[in-house]
Amino acid sequence: MDQPDYFSVSRRGVLASGAAGLAAGSISPQVAFAASTPAAERAITMQTVSMRINGKAQTLELDTRTTLLDALREHVKLTGTKKGCDHGQCGACTVIVNGERINSCLSLAVMHEGDEVTTIEGLGTPENLHPMQAAFVKHDGYQCGYCTPGQICSAVSVLKEIADGVPSHVSAELTGPMEASNIEMRERMSGNICRCGAYSNIAEAMAEVAGERA
Amino acid sequence: MKYTTPAGDTVIDRQRVVGQPTTRIDGPLKVTGHAPYAYERHDVAANQAYGYIVPSAIAKGRVRSIDLAEAKAQPGVITILTTTEVDELPLGMGHTVPLFGGSEIRFYHQALALVVAETFEQARAAAKLVRVDYERTQGNHDFHALAPDAPLVEGSDGPDVSKVGDFEAAYASAPVSIDVTYETPHESHAMMEPHASIAAWEGEKLTLWTSNQMIAWSKQAVAKMLDLDPANVRLDSPFLGGGFGAKLFVRVDAVVAALAAKKAGRPVKVMLDRPLVFNNTTHRSATIQRLRFGAERDGRLTAISHECTSGNLAGQEGENGIAQTRLLYAGANRYTAQRIARLDLPEANAMRAPGETAGLMALEGAMDELAEKLGMDPVELRIVNDTQVDPETPNRPYSSRMMVECLRRGAEAFGWDKRNKTPGGMREGRWLIGHGMAVGFRNSVQMKSAARVRLSSNGKLTVETDMTDIGTGSYTILAQTAAEMLGLPLEDVTVTLGDSDMPASCGSGGQWGAQNSTSGVYAACVKLREDIAGRFAMDPNTAEFIDGEIRAGAESRKLTEATASGEIVAEDSVEYDELSKKYQQSTFAGHFVEIAVDAYTGETYVRRMLAACAAGRILNPISARSQVIGAMTMGVGGALTEELAVDTRFGFFVNHDLAGYEVPVHADIPHQEVIFLDELDAIASPMKAKGVGELGLCGVGAAVANALYNATGVRVREYPLTLDKYLDKLPAV
Repeated sequence: MDQPDYFSVSRRGVLASGAAGLAAGSISPQVAFAASTPAAERAITMQTVSMRINGKAQTLELDTRTTLLDALREHVKLTGTKKGCDHGQCGACTVIVNGERINSCLSLAVMHEGDEVTTIEGLGTPENLHPMQAAFVKHDGYQCGYCTPGQICSAVSVLKEIADGVPSHVSAELTGPMEASNIEMRERMSGNICRCGAYSNIAEAMAEVAGERA
Repeated sequence: MKYTTPAGDTVIDRQRVVGQPTTRIDGPLKVTGHAPYAYERHDVAANQAYGYIVPSAIAKGRVRSIDLAEAKAQPGVITILTTTEVDELPLGMGHTVPLFGGSEIRFYHQALALVVAETFEQARAAAKLVRVDYERTQGNHDFHALAPDAPLVEGSDGPDVSKVGDFEAAYASAPVSIDVTYETPHESHAMMEPHASIAAWEGEKLTLWTSNQMIAWSKQAVAKMLDLDPANVRLDSPFLGGGFGAKLFVRVDAVVAALAAKKAGRPVKVMLDRPLVFNNTTHRSATIQRLRFGAERDGRLTAISHECTSGNLAGQEGENGIAQTRLLYAGANRYTAQRIARLDLPEANAMRAPGETAGLMALEGAMDELAEKLGMDPVELRIVNDTQVDPETPNRPYSSRMMVECLRRGAEAFGWDKRNKTPGGMREGRWLIGHGMAVGFRNSVQMKSAARVRLSSNGKLTVETDMTDIGTGSYTILAQTAAEMLGLPLEDVTVTLGDSDMPASCGSGGQWGAQNSTSGVYAACVKLREDIAGRFAMDPNTAEFIDGEIRAGAESRKLTEATASGEIVAEDSVEYDELSKKYQQSTFAGHFVEIAVDAYTGETYVRRMLAACAAGRILNPISARSQVIGAMTMGVGGALTEELAVDTRFGFFVNHDLAGYEVPVHADIPHQEVIFLDELDAIASPMKAKGVGELGLCGVGAAVANALYNATGVRVREYPLTLDKYLDKLPAV
C-alpha cells in the first residue's frame, strides 16, 4: 500500500483529542477502519455542531472535514456565501463570526460550536437592504456579483475594525483613532478579489456608508 | 427584423429610460446573496450527488490504466466515471482538443475521472485514492524555445499575411524608423466563479444548470459531444460569476457531470477546483511581437509592420495580436503576419478582447517610442495618423470613428498638458511620477439576436431570451429597452435570461452582447407595438406608447385594454447582412494613466486613470462605466503583475491559484474616471449602440507601461512590468 499509516494515525489523533477537547460535540464514526487491505474503507467522522447562523440556532451533524463554507452552502443551503478558490486567497467566502470577518473556506464547521455566524443573507434582504448593500447597488460596486457577498461582509467589518482602532499595514500609528480614509479601506479590502474590477465603485460605496456613520 | 439600412429616428432616441443612469435591476438579488449561480441550484433537482475531478498529473502521454479499487471502497462513493470508459468526445464548438474520453493526455490537469459521492468531502477524499498509471512522453512546453522557428499561420490559400504597398522599401527610406520587439505572457481569465454545472436526466432529456456565456452555441456543442438531439438538451445559466471568455464554450464540468449523472442515475454537480480553472480550461497565449514603423518627420506613418508569434495546441489559432494594426492608423505601406508555435500546454483561447489586448500592449508601446524619437506629443502622433477609412480597403469607411475626439477630450480632462515631459524627471518626495497614454480600439460586431416579449393582462411585460448577464448588466439594459419601447416604467418589466428554451440571442462575448441583445428586444417590441396598435386600428408607426397607454392623435387606450382577452406575445430577432462589409465598425478610447514609482524600491502604484470612450449610444451609463473601469483594472493587472508561469519541463502553469496568479486587488486600483462621448452609430445596430465591454481593456496596458517609462526613463518591453526587470536601471537616488 503506497499510503503509509499517516491516515490511521491522524484519525486516532482526531478521535483522542476530539473526545477530550470537544465536550459539546458528539462523535460518531460511521464506518469501521480497516488499515490492512488495499481497498481499505476509510472512516468518516461525524460530529454534531451547534451555532447561531443569522440569529437562528442551527444544529448540524457534519463530516468533520466539512468547511464552514460548505456547511453554509451545502447543508444550511445559504448559498450567498461563495466558493471562489477554496484556498483562502480570494475572499468570496467571507462571513462574520462573533463580530469578526473570516474566510469560511479556511475554517472547519465543527470549530464553530456556539459561534454567532452572520452571512450576507443575515445582513439584509432584497426588500430591506443593509446600508452597505444599498450603497453597493447605488454605486454599482459589483458586476458579476460573485465576489459581492464577501466584499460586503468585509466592507461592513472593515468599517468596524477602523472604528475599533485596529491598525492596518498602511496605518500611520498602531494605536489611537483610525480614519476611514480611501487608502485604509482599500488596504483592508485587499483580501477580497473582484476580477470584474469594481474596486473604484466599492471604495465609493464604503465611503458613503463610512461618511454617514461618522 | 432585417437590419439592412441604418435606422432614422426611432422610439429609442427619446431616451426616457434607455441611456439614463439606471442601477441594476438584479442588484438587490446580488448584494443579498439571493442570485443563484450554477452550483447553488439546490431547488432544481432532488438528490444531487457531488462529483470531484481527478486531473492528469502529466502534460502529455497516455493513461495505461486506472485503479479504482480503493477509491470505490470509500464511504459514500456512488460511482466513478473514467476517461477510458468512453471514446474521445467529438470536439464541441471552440474546442481544440476533446474535453474528455480516451486514453490520450494532451495537457496537464486534463480530466481523467470523476468520483461521484454523497458529499463533497467524500468525493474529494476518494478522488485522492484513484491511482493512474501513466505513460509519459516529452512535450513541447517552452514558448520561447519554439517561437524563433514558429511557422506562419496558414490561411485557406497560403500564409495568412497581409501586404499593402511596399513595406520594405518605404521602411528603408523613411527618415525616422523604429524596430522594437515586445512580449506578453500567458494570462488567465481568473473569473471569480469557477466553471460549474449540475446535470440531470429525465429519460433522454438532459438539463444542465451551468455557467456559460453562449447558451445557443453551447446547447449545440453539448448535443454534439454527447450525441443527443439538441431538442433534448436544455442549458440554464441565469447568473454567471464572470467569464471573460473562459465560459464562451462548454468546458469539462458540464460533460462529466452529464456523463456521470447518467451513470449514477441521479443528478450530479461539479465545480472545478481553482487550480483546474488555470490548467484544465483556457488561457490567453503569450506573444512575441515585432513592430517596425517608418515615419516622416511630421509623424505621418509611411510604413507599418507588425508580426506576432503566439502558441497553442495543434489545430487552433493563437493570439491575433496584429488585428488592430491592420485598421487603426493610416499609412500607405503595410505588412502584418502571424506565426504560431505548437505547444503542449492547456488550450489557448479567447480571453477578453482577444487579439487587441496583447496587440495594443505592443503597438501602443511602439507608438510611444516613435513619438519620443520624433520629439512629438504622443497624443499628436496618434492624431496625425488618424484615418476615417479601413487603411487596407480605403473604399470601406468607418461607420463612425471618434478616436481624435476621445484623445482630445481625454487629454483635456486628464490634464495631459501638465504631464511630465522628461522621462525620469518628475519627483514628489520618494516618488518618481510618470504619465502615459494609449489608444484603445476594439471592433463592434453584428450578431443575430432574438427575443420574445409578453404583455400580460395586468399590463406587465416579460422579456425572454437566452442572453446571459456575466456582470455586464444585460438584465437592466434589456429591461430599459423594453420599457422604452412600450412606454412602461422599468419596474413593470421582468427579464428572464440564460435559458436555452428561450429565443436564441447573440450571447455574451466579443463585446457584441449589449448592442445586439437589446436590438433583438427592440425588434420583438416593434412587433408587439404593431399587434397592440392593430387592435385599436391605430398606425403603429405614429402611435405613441407612454405611461402604460397607446396614443394616436386625440385617442388614448390603456395597454391593459389590449390584453383584456389575454396576454399578447411577440417574438422577433435582429439580423444583419451587408452593413458590416460596407463599413468598418469599431469603438475607440483614449487611455491616460499617472503612476508613481518608488525611487528606492521600484514599487509601482497607479495613481490616476482616465478613459474617454466612444462606443455609440451608451445604453446605461452606470453599467457601461463599470464595464470600462473593470476592464481598466484588468489592464493594470496585465501591465504590472499577471503572468502564468510555465514549468517548461513538465508543462503546466505553476502559479495555478489566486495567490500565485496576481490579479489587481483593492490597494492597486485608484479612483478611475470614464468619459463617454456622445455618439450614435445607426450603422452598427438599431439601438445605435456599439460594444463597450472590452474597449476599456484595450490599450490600458500600454498606457501603464508608457507611464512607467515616463516616470523612470527605463523602457521595459516584456510584460508584466515587474520590478526585477527595471529596478537596477532606475535613476540614482
